Amino acid sequence: MLELQGITQIFGGVTALQEVSFSIRADQITGVIGPNGAGKTTLFNIVTGIYQQASGRVIFEGRDISGIPAEQLASLGMVRTFQNIELFGQMTVLENVMVGLHSRSSSGLFACSFKMPWAIREEQRIREQAMEWLRFAGIEELAGVTAANLPFGKGRMLEIARAMACKPRMILMDEPAAGLNSQETLGLAELIRKIRDLGVTVVLVEHDMELVMDICDRIVVLNLGQKLAEGTPREIQDSPEVIAAYLGDDE
Amino acid sequence: MHKELIKYALFSTVVLLAPLQFSGSYLLNVLVFVGIHTMLAVALNLLLGYAGQISLGHGAFFGLGAYLSGVLTATYGWNPWLTMLVAALVVGGIAFGIGFPILRLKGHYLAMATLGMGIIVYIVFNEWVELTGGPSGFSGIPSLSIGSFVFDTDLKNYYLVWSFVLGCVLLSVNLANSRIGRACRAIHDAEVAARVVGVNARLLKVQIFALSAMICAIAGSLYAHVMTFIAPPSFGFNISVELLTMVVIGGLGSIYGSFLGALLLTLLPEFLRFMHDYDIVFYGGLLMVMTIFMPGGLVRGIPALFRKLSGLRKGKGAAHA
Repeated sequence: MLELQGITQIFGGVTALQEVSFSIRADQITGVIGPNGAGKTTLFNIVTGIYQQASGRVIFEGRDISGIPAEQLASLGMVRTFQNIELFGQMTVLENVMVGLHSRSSSGLFACSFKMPWAIREEQRIREQAMEWLRFAGIEELAGVTAANLPFGKGRMLEIARAMACKPRMILMDEPAAGLNSQETLGLAELIRKIRDLGVTVVLVEHDMELVMDICDRIVVLNLGQKLAEGTPREIQDSPEVIAAYLGDDE
Repeated sequence: MHKELIKYALFSTVVLLAPLQFSGSYLLNVLVFVGIHTMLAVALNLLLGYAGQISLGHGAFFGLGAYLSGVLTATYGWNPWLTMLVAALVVGGIAFGIGFPILRLKGHYLAMATLGMGIIVYIVFNEWVELTGGPSGFSGIPSLSIGSFVFDTDLKNYYLVWSFVLGCVLLSVNLANSRIGRACRAIHDAEVAARVVGVNARLLKVQIFALSAMICAIAGSLYAHVMTFIAPPSFGFNISVELLTMVVIGGLGSIYGSFLGALLLTLLPEFLRFMHDYDIVFYGGLLMVMTIFMPGGLVRGIPALFRKLSGLRKGKGAAHA
């Protein structure tokens, strides 16, 4: 589904990522973990077209997507969420998700300003589908609320609903559990499983080990810009290298 | 959707009936300019209030529309209606072309770039004397006509200009409430997030910039035919800043707010005439007070003021009881 081949990134002489290669299997939940500064978010920004890597290739469904701008990735079927929730604050919850359907709709300037019949039908469809995604994320009762007024946990759900409205085949989440309480984290875990069950591949960068061990089918561990280990949650928990990286070596 | 329809019906009724109140008065002539300013302010609001991109050079598009229409009809004898369409397309094309490099800039830099563009165009109007008449202006522009019906009185011009305004407002409201309008607001709020969910921010900004310029060009064209005489100062830095003020005072991101802003800023100087030389002081002071106390613009500030007043009255009533 997604293949990283020898990704290297250098920021002002500091090597943030060094020859990182691994692949992500379709229809699974993959967790990318690692101590602070391991290069997880950098890797994420490279995959999603925000940064351009120094070398290496990103292959998505057999296609080299290195250097493809973020807005085109959405129509190719890849979408992401952000660590510090990025919502359209002045718009309502429903409108936020309706923007998520932008790449799945096509009426242009002309059709929209003259309210052509097909534009009206499309608008109707956008509204209905957006409502469905709100229901999917369990926040339909907040449809009319201005997004900036949402509590953090609901904002996270909205961001995921908006991303899902793009009908992605792969969704990447940057620390989705950050800032959530334990109740909200449980809800998040359930939502992520629901997303996988729709046949969408999920990749998450996460610090919450309990969540990662609970929901991930596979885990990739990064440390100091390099891949340290890869395997099922069980294998990772038993891996001496991983334990050493997290708890420190006896030197 | 229903609410939008009611607002629009109310707006059109007021526009259509206003001349009954002012017919024969010089105010009717002022209202023609309110109409032209409304179109310009709506155009700038689409760019600034929705897509969040500033322009300090919209006077240039207004002027290009006016000069294209003036020169092509008066000097070259083109059909005025056709010329208006050509002017809109040419100016839209120019804006589309310069939009790509210019709209890569953000904030202050974009303001500087559009300011520069406005100044360059102004210099061209002033210096290309054989074509534009230079600083002494360009006269002899024919009035618009349909068959033998010529738009040559204030009343006729009022209906001419305001039918364009009504069209422009309707299309802008439609656009603002569509997927395009939403995408614009999304760019305004969080550009990276908008791109990630598939909004081509760069292209959309340029499209809105071009559309905005086209509306300004049509307004310029109308202005040329209504005035029959045009001169460079009408299209310089002043009008660009005045438009910006109208949009901000009226309310960013509200089409009807732009109308209120245009109405206030066009009428106010007329009502302040009695103050003679002090009018500009009062005018400036009022704008300062309004931006401080009504940061959301007239369109949000007035309802809030009413709510506050009725709240005070209720509060007082309760205190007495």
